Amino acid sequence: MTPAPTANRSLLPTYLQVAPLTLVLVFFFAVPVVLVVIVSFLKYQMLVGIVAQFTLKNYADLLFNPTTWTLYLSTIKFTLIVLVITFVLGFWIAYFLVFHVRNLLTAIGLFLLCTIPFWTSNIIRMISWRPVLGREGLINSGLMKAGLIDQPIDWLLFSDFSVVVAYVHLFTLFMIVPIFNSMARIDKSLLEAAVDAGATRWGVVWNVVLPLSKTGIALGTLFVVTLVMGDFFVVTVMSGGLSGSATSGIFNDLQFLNYPRAAANAVILLIIVLLIAAAIFRLVDVRKELVR
Amino acid sequence: MNKTSGLLTRKAISRRSVLKGGAAIAGATAITGFPTVWAQNIKDVTLTHTGMSYSTIADIARQASQDLGFKVEMSVVDHPGLTNRMVNDPKSIDIADMEIWQSKIVIPQGVTQAVEIAKIKNWGDLTPLYTEGKFAGKEVSRQGDSPFEFMYRDAKDATGFAGGPTAWASFCPGFYNADTLGIRPDLVGREITSWADLISPDFKGKAAIQNIPTIGIMDAIMAFEAAGQIKYGDKGNPTKDELDQTITKLIELKKAGHFRALWNTFDESVNLMAAGEVVIQSMWSPAVTAVQGQGVKCTYQPLKEGYRGWGNGLGLMAHVEGLRLDAAYEYLNWYNAGWTGGFIAKQGYYSGNPTSAKAALSENDRGFFYEGKAATADITSPTGEKTNSAGDLRDGGSYEERFSKVGVWNNLMDEAEFLFAKWNEFNAA
Repeated sequence: MTPAPTANRSLLPTYLQVAPLTLVLVFFFAVPVVLVVIVSFLKYQMLVGIVAQFTLKNYADLLFNPTTWTLYLSTIKFTLIVLVITFVLGFWIAYFLVFHVRNLLTAIGLFLLCTIPFWTSNIIRMISWRPVLGREGLINSGLMKAGLIDQPIDWLLFSDFSVVVAYVHLFTLFMIVPIFNSMARIDKSLLEAAVDAGATRWGVVWNVVLPLSKTGIALGTLFVVTLVMGDFFVVTVMSGGLSGSATSGIFNDLQFLNYPRAAANAVILLIIVLLIAAAIFRLVDVRKELVR
Repeated sequence: MNKTSGLLTRKAISRRSVLKGGAAIAGATAITGFPTVWAQNIKDVTLTHTGMSYSTIADIARQASQDLGFKVEMSVVDHPGLTNRMVNDPKSIDIADMEIWQSKIVIPQGVTQAVEIAKIKNWGDLTPLYTEGKFAGKEVSRQGDSPFEFMYRDAKDATGFAGGPTAWASFCPGFYNADTLGIRPDLVGREITSWADLISPDFKGKAAIQNIPTIGIMDAIMAFEAAGQIKYGDKGNPTKDELDQTITKLIELKKAGHFRALWNTFDESVNLMAAGEVVIQSMWSPAVTAVQGQGVKCTYQPLKEGYRGWGNGLGLMAHVEGLRLDAAYEYLNWYNAGWTGGFIAKQGYYSGNPTSAKAALSENDRGFFYEGKAATADITSPTGEKTNSAGDLRDGGSYEERFSKVGVWNNLMDEAEFLFAKWNEFNAA
């Protein structure tokens, strides 16, 4: 260990180097979160605004109101469904890109192809599902013209189905990228060794590829969970306003300037997502993998 | 004024161009008589007119900028967005195009200043619906938040409403209309005569209601009362119990799959109707016009229980002062001087100054939109698409017929907080 006086002097450059990021995190992350927590304990008076009085009414209102739990349940339901589908799609697409495409250039090219749609607005890509899924939309007209159905299929649009379709469309990439990242680091000779040891194709995937891409899967899961739980726009637009999510509950409160209750809801949502993140990171030690 | 010395340092170029511009404006406004404020630097003023999509239209700003010599810009938000911005970011707005009930939220916050009635030259011509609470000599329904109840304030910065006419107005009358249900006459299969048809099982899976709590609930209340399922004391101000019953029934209908969708903006309602996803729904007049403009038959159906009236008012933000205030009063005077009234009539809305609006319309349009006469030639939407042919009558008849049948006004009820909580439940169900 270095003697104390020299240690103090040589730490200044270190502090200066971490200062920018720390400042950004403090001002744009820590301070807003603290503000939200403070506001969640204030009182709301209709037609007047926030009244600077401490109250636990907001939390009580939310926690004892069945609507809140219905909305959270609905959000978690969507999160789980979207997670499973994006995982299956993401894993296999990443697997294909890493292990089946021989040419590195082609792999990168195909990977870029996945990201090109993101150059268009999120909202446009979501709304463009409506004319496809609607009663007089592409799918229904096609099926009716082919004579396969007499009446248009109602549940294609403005239902849970359309919400999930939109979510998968928008968020699969967030699964593909981290898993691709993890898989690309897998030493290909490990797979050869597994085959030599007598593993089937499935065995290789199950015993070698899956465990080694755990980090990527964990990160992808975290991305998708955060995105779906924090979303209210996709669910409102694609369900035609018929479904809600935890965040749409917050939005509804903001509509009438009820900042305290919206803040309380936001804090609850943050705690739940943090718990999910903590659970993910207990299963997978991400730090160890990232430092490899 | 300090401002002029700053400008004059840019000397002859700016004065010459202003004089040239002034001459051009004098020529263009020989008919309209605007602008009347001849300050040389008024052309540097930009007013931001903020409001909802159905009234805050770019064409109006364009015409205003042309006629008045200073710039007017339109900024569109949705209902909650407007109150949010007015309270939290008041400097970003100069003229707030708000619904009458929204003034209940924002005026007590002190973000607006009252309009000095003496400075509005055509105040006497403005519709008595707003200024006196009367229509065609009779008192207008007070169920809900009628314009007259919120029209006046005691002083320029009063945060409450005066009980009767004073020298200060909360806002300058804007557009207004009486809303009803929109239907697809070609798909609906039978005659629609009552609000109860919105919840009729004949249209299961093909109905929609607007997702704005304060307005959607009114449509629901009209429907349930018409169907005899719930009794209300004052439809415009229901009690907690009445609201509870209404929402419970709405949730039942939603779970049974009665509603195809709930819409938040009127473009969504246009898409729903034009694509045939719904055949009967809450609708706003410009949405009906937009659907007709796409060549799809859509009727704004008059119903026997009456209409749901609503109105907008142009509020003046508290921070506007000096030259901008003069420009703002110019704009407010111009707004009800005729052009905007004529323009918005083609969307089905009525102007705060019906006389000047009628004068600004062609005989065909005047007959169709205001007087309940059959069209003598094609009727077009504000953007030029054909909406009605010769011989068509406007749904609902004349201006007088429509406004003598207002059943209830859009409002922010006393139990609004309870309503929002219950509406959340409806959304989540």
